[in-house]
Amino acid sequence: MCLAIPTLITSIKGTTARAEIGGVERTISLALTPEARVGDYVLIHTGYAIGVLDEEEAQETLRLLEELAEFYDEVP
Amino acid sequence: MKYLDEFRDPQLARKLLANIRERSTQPVRFMEFCGGHTHAIFRHGLRQMLPPTVELRSGPGCPVCVTANSSLDRTIALAKLPGVILTTFGDMLKVPGSHGSLQTAKAEGADVRIVYSTLDALQIARDHPERAVVFLGVGFETTAPTVAASILQAEAEGLDNFYVLSLHKLTPPATHAILDAGEVRLSGIIGPGHVTVVIGSRAWEFLPRDYSVPCAVAGFEPLDILRAVAALVEMAEAGRPAVVNTYSRGVRPEGNRVALGIMQRVFEVGEADWRGLGRVPASGLALCPEYARFDAARAFPVDPGPTREHKGCRCGDVLRGIAEPPDCPLFRSVCTPAHPIGPCMVSAEGACAAWYRYGGDGV
Repeated sequence: MCLAIPTLITSIKGTTARAEIGGVERTISLALTPEARVGDYVLIHTGYAIGVLDEEEAQETLRLLEELAEFYDEVP
Repeated sequence: MKYLDEFRDPQLARKLLANIRERSTQPVRFMEFCGGHTHAIFRHGLRQMLPPTVELRSGPGCPVCVTANSSLDRTIALAKLPGVILTTFGDMLKVPGSHGSLQTAKAEGADVRIVYSTLDALQIARDHPERAVVFLGVGFETTAPTVAASILQAEAEGLDNFYVLSLHKLTPPATHAILDAGEVRLSGIIGPGHVTVVIGSRAWEFLPRDYSVPCAVAGFEPLDILRAVAALVEMAEAGRPAVVNTYSRGVRPEGNRVALGIMQRVFEVGEADWRGLGRVPASGLALCPEYARFDAARAFPVDPGPTREHKGCRCGDVLRGIAEPPDCPLFRSVCTPAHPIGPCMVSAEGACAAWYRYGGDGV
């Protein structure tokens, strides 16, 4: 039920946007994320963007993951 | 950055698992609140890969599963009213109430339509001004703002044939209820990622503060879940509970203020009936007096008669985390996805469905 998919916004018109989900273009609502811009990745839940993804935070998480993993290089 | 494959790297996952194995010395049990996490954990086989000291237990985070039979009966009775089109997410169709499901009601002539979004339900209302179009509002804080937004849209358009039957529920009160009951010892909670996109990671601070239970808010890719487990193991080993946000690419401490604002404008908090947990105070969302004209419960009062529970079904115990699906006598023998007895086998997020599909015995 709480499934939400990272999706790229390709165009915006008013409070709706076009976004590509699994190769299919869909119209979604930006009523809950008025700050979303073209080129942003948003989390789509039941046709609405519920949050804008933050690339810097994503990179930081990946960096932390690498750091947690770095002492385990010998693991097959 | 596509936000998916980056968080599925199997090599990094193996290293994270090695990290967890090395750090985990004492037996711990973490509950994943969210049914989406349960399915991700099973799909990727994460339970089998964790060390024997780390146990994962499914929680009540499946909105379809926690919908009480009394609510289902009311919904089915409403769907059967002449002139009504009941619109619902597909998950709800096969959930058995006391005497049938929405699917059987549909077979008997009720106009029940599956929609992907409230946007579709609004379109049906525009296309059928002579009919009453009711949207079945099931879901947690992730879904409730989208339903609230649809009510504001209906108001703006003057759509006076659109209604919502709100069965929405809130996740922190359910977590309170499970911890207060004390039936299952928990060393940590994997916080529901998409709920927390809306409510913010601060909403979980009561866990370390009031219960000394650490919480790691997690995304839904394998690395997200392993990172959350690693953080919980670290906090449990150190005896320093806190809230750690491992899904910071989507979750902010304050949540989505616009979504919260819309939700609070349209809904008010009240008690709600949960399968397994019973009546939980301040755990449900009903329409505010200002939006009462969109309230299907008020516009279409129905009396579905006495509620009947499914004999032998242990969904309630599974949702409270005190039993796992194989503990239920009906699991896999009588209750299967093709012929579900309880909602935990129906929903794509239900723990029984996950065990049936991926689990196998001895997991």
